[in-house]
Amino acid sequence: MQEITSISALELANKIKRREISVAEVVKAQLEIIYKREPIYNSYITVMEKEALSQALIVQKRINDKELDDSPLAGVTVAVKDNICTKDTRTTCASKILRDFIPSYDATVIEKLKNAGLIIIGKTNLDEFAMGDSTRTSYFGETKNPWNIKHTPGGSSGGSASAVAAEEAHVSLGTDTGGSIRQPSAYCGLVGFKPTYGAVSRFGLVPFASSLDQIGPISRNVSDCTALLEIISGHDPKDSTTVGQKSFLYRQYLIDDIKGMKIGVPKPFFEENMEEDVRKHFIMALETFKDMGAQVEIFNFEEVKYCVQVYQVISCAEAFSNLSRYDGVKFGHRADEYANLVEVYKKSRGEGFGYEVKRRIMLGAFVLSKGNYETYYNKARKIRRLICEAYDKAFERYDIILSPETLKTAPPLTEKKSSSPKKSTSLTLNSSVNLAGLPAASIPCGKDKNGMPIGLQIVGKRLGEKDIIRAAYAFEQARPCLRPDLI
Amino acid sequence: MNQYETVIGLEVHVELSTESKIFCGCSTKFGGSPNSNICPVCVGMPGAMPVLNKKVVEYALAAAIALDCKINKNIIFDRKNYFYPDLPKGFQISQFYLPIAENGKITINTENGVKIIGIREIHIEEDAGKLVHDTAGNRSFIDFNRAGIPLIEIVSKPDIRSAAEAVAYLEKLKMIMTYLGVSDCKMQEGSLRVDINLSVRKAGDNRLGTRTEIKNLNSFKAVLRAIESESKRQIELLKEGKEIIRETRRWDDSKNISIRMRTKEETQDYCYFIEPDLGPIEIFEDWIKEIKSSMPELRDEKIIRYQKEYKLSEYDARVLTSSKKIADLFEKTEDLCKMPKEVANWLMVEGMRVINEKGMDADELNVQPAGLSKLILMVEEGKINRTVAKEMFEKVFLENIDPEEYVKEHNLGLISDENMLRDLVQAVLDENPKSVSDYKSGKTKAFGFLVGQTMKAVKGQADPMLVNKILTELLNG
Repeated sequence: MQEITSISALELANKIKRREISVAEVVKAQLEIIYKREPIYNSYITVMEKEALSQALIVQKRINDKELDDSPLAGVTVAVKDNICTKDTRTTCASKILRDFIPSYDATVIEKLKNAGLIIIGKTNLDEFAMGDSTRTSYFGETKNPWNIKHTPGGSSGGSASAVAAEEAHVSLGTDTGGSIRQPSAYCGLVGFKPTYGAVSRFGLVPFASSLDQIGPISRNVSDCTALLEIISGHDPKDSTTVGQKSFLYRQYLIDDIKGMKIGVPKPFFEENMEEDVRKHFIMALETFKDMGAQVEIFNFEEVKYCVQVYQVISCAEAFSNLSRYDGVKFGHRADEYANLVEVYKKSRGEGFGYEVKRRIMLGAFVLSKGNYETYYNKARKIRRLICEAYDKAFERYDIILSPETLKTAPPLTEKKSSSPKKSTSLTLNSSVNLAGLPAASIPCGKDKNGMPIGLQIVGKRLGEKDIIRAAYAFEQARPCLRPDLI
Repeated sequence: MNQYETVIGLEVHVELSTESKIFCGCSTKFGGSPNSNICPVCVGMPGAMPVLNKKVVEYALAAAIALDCKINKNIIFDRKNYFYPDLPKGFQISQFYLPIAENGKITINTENGVKIIGIREIHIEEDAGKLVHDTAGNRSFIDFNRAGIPLIEIVSKPDIRSAAEAVAYLEKLKMIMTYLGVSDCKMQEGSLRVDINLSVRKAGDNRLGTRTEIKNLNSFKAVLRAIESESKRQIELLKEGKEIIRETRRWDDSKNISIRMRTKEETQDYCYFIEPDLGPIEIFEDWIKEIKSSMPELRDEKIIRYQKEYKLSEYDARVLTSSKKIADLFEKTEDLCKMPKEVANWLMVEGMRVINEKGMDADELNVQPAGLSKLILMVEEGKINRTVAKEMFEKVFLENIDPEEYVKEHNLGLISDENMLRDLVQAVLDENPKSVSDYKSGKTKAFGFLVGQTMKAVKGQADPMLVNKILTELLNG
């Protein structure tokens, strides 16, 4: 039984295809593990037992009818971050304000998962509206790191990372606005992929910062991640910001050969105040790439110095506006008592949003207000353009850019809560990638002295997913992923 | 009064008559049951995203071209953030930093001759829903059918100087929009709504006075009265040495007064910023050319063409083009019967009479050109007389009857069989031997009497010329 949930997603899909195991058996085994481990990890906000069991029968029939021969992951379970809309299943964004919200529509990625025969097993925990790096701001309590339950799994896609690490799902979907897929993947020893902005439809993703948000896969190995990325990518007529290409074929780049690949390492990232173990493993990783025949070069990249401030201004501005619709009028939490319309707004929002969300809404309103717009928001947009141009220039010389995914490994849960960007160790490394709309993955590259996993970030050029996949796959062949000891 | 000058700028919201809404596929049909034309996008559900309707851009571009505007190269949308229950997303998608078009003009006729009113800008935006208050139950409902209906806002420069000019400007604007077919401009359905910006100053003063804004007027009459009332209010304040406060006012048409809504200090900060869910759209030169070439002929062009092509007077051309419905009807009918003067006369005399008598709006007409053309041809071919034709015209105009069938059914046609008519005339002669002998003895007046008797006998359904001819033949034969 344990084996069903432990083996790779692609391997399991093959077993299902060969009729060695039924989809229902997979789902039942998965549910059993979930119910056993959830009291410890709290990866899920909603476990979709009934839906998953009935889907299992439908998918089995489609497999039997040979409708899903081309799907690499038919019958495999997938966990979905709870800010992605699922028809008839509540989608809470880990917020009190949406705790009972049931969408009448599926996000485009959900439709794609269903078409490809994946079984959605549940909705995972996150920081409220994906604002945070630890799941601590969730209305439904924090998630624990399966490598050590005294540590955070990271965030905001902490539940999606923890679920896959704890084998409560084979793969999962997270969302990434400033590192929210990559950082928890690094903290949980997983492969996490933030695609090029526009490569995956955002229709049905409850927006945090629309110009930065992207949905992406989290998995236990590069091949599973690539297969899932292939399934969810492509143009969507319902999202005007998606790229024109209808679909992408990524699995052909799972080849163990990166000879001649040009790798850049930005000096500012390298100089950041990182933990000794992280530095050590990062240098070892660079050596591994050199050994495989890649050229590694350190280059100046001063433009990223301001990326955290720019990220704060732009993400909060967009969040302020995106979160205006939660006003207690049509759906979501409404205060029990109010004297007039203004009170409906004030009380419903005051009661419904948590502290961190309110802080960011206030910040967003501030940077957009008359008199501040030029000083903050418009200036941030200008610097954003400079960051994009700097990346464009760097990618004239390099195929990929490498950095540690985070400066530290997953901190203990007892560490004081802090939302100050300076202390958010991964934000510098991650947010510039979102600002430039580039693809980036985090892959495991070792463990620190306490046995906590370390992540390596690979950034590619716009629509350069294939370069990231090649580099990640080759690295994984040289340095196979490690697994935590699970209960 | 003359020592003061009124300075007016108008902001006109025009609902575009696209089939579907601006950012989703929902129908724009007016009058459906509440919340019957809605989807996750237009009610702003979490995660729903806008997709721009291309037709909206094309309609806005057509308006911009017709108003002689400079068209900007890119279409960029902005979010206007504020809270109101009829605004589903908490922001309206509009154009703030870069409107689709700027710097246009409209030519109007005033009592002092032709005048040019400048257009500051045209921008595209979405409409909000509608609140329905149940005062008895102390509850409110929201109908989102209107949410997401495309609008263009046409902002004039402060070039208007009187209520009459304002109405002339609005009438011209409405005419252009209906001619283009981009809007039905039905004010009673809210397809055209007007905000007035008004200030007064001493005549000869170049500086603008403090202005007030009167929001959401939905009839030209209300615009006229609101301008007169507000202008008077401001002049009186100035005369009393009082200050005019920059504020937004609401017009109460039943009481004929405007009421303060909020002062400038109370106005909201809309925190405008670029809409991240809609990438910039480039307007290619070829696209503008394509729209230009497929644009319908506007009224001013028609007036010139009617004089040249149909040899109509300028006056006739003006009357016929005063509504696009009438102009279309004229052209289609003319195309069928090839008698421009006759068609013009029928429409201008009988058509206008019916419209006026029934108190109709010409835009409400639904006349079949085929019916009208048949009617005119039947008169010309002597199949019916003018009296019958006039009676039938109203039925053609309002009920779309087929004149040929109607004539058959009601036996209204003229007796066209000459032999039959000859027999009838002979019978009249046989009945009136005295008149016949009078005529033959030189009393020509008797001829008229005999014509009258014949027409009476055929109940008017004979061509008088033919009757004359037969009578002459029989009497002299």
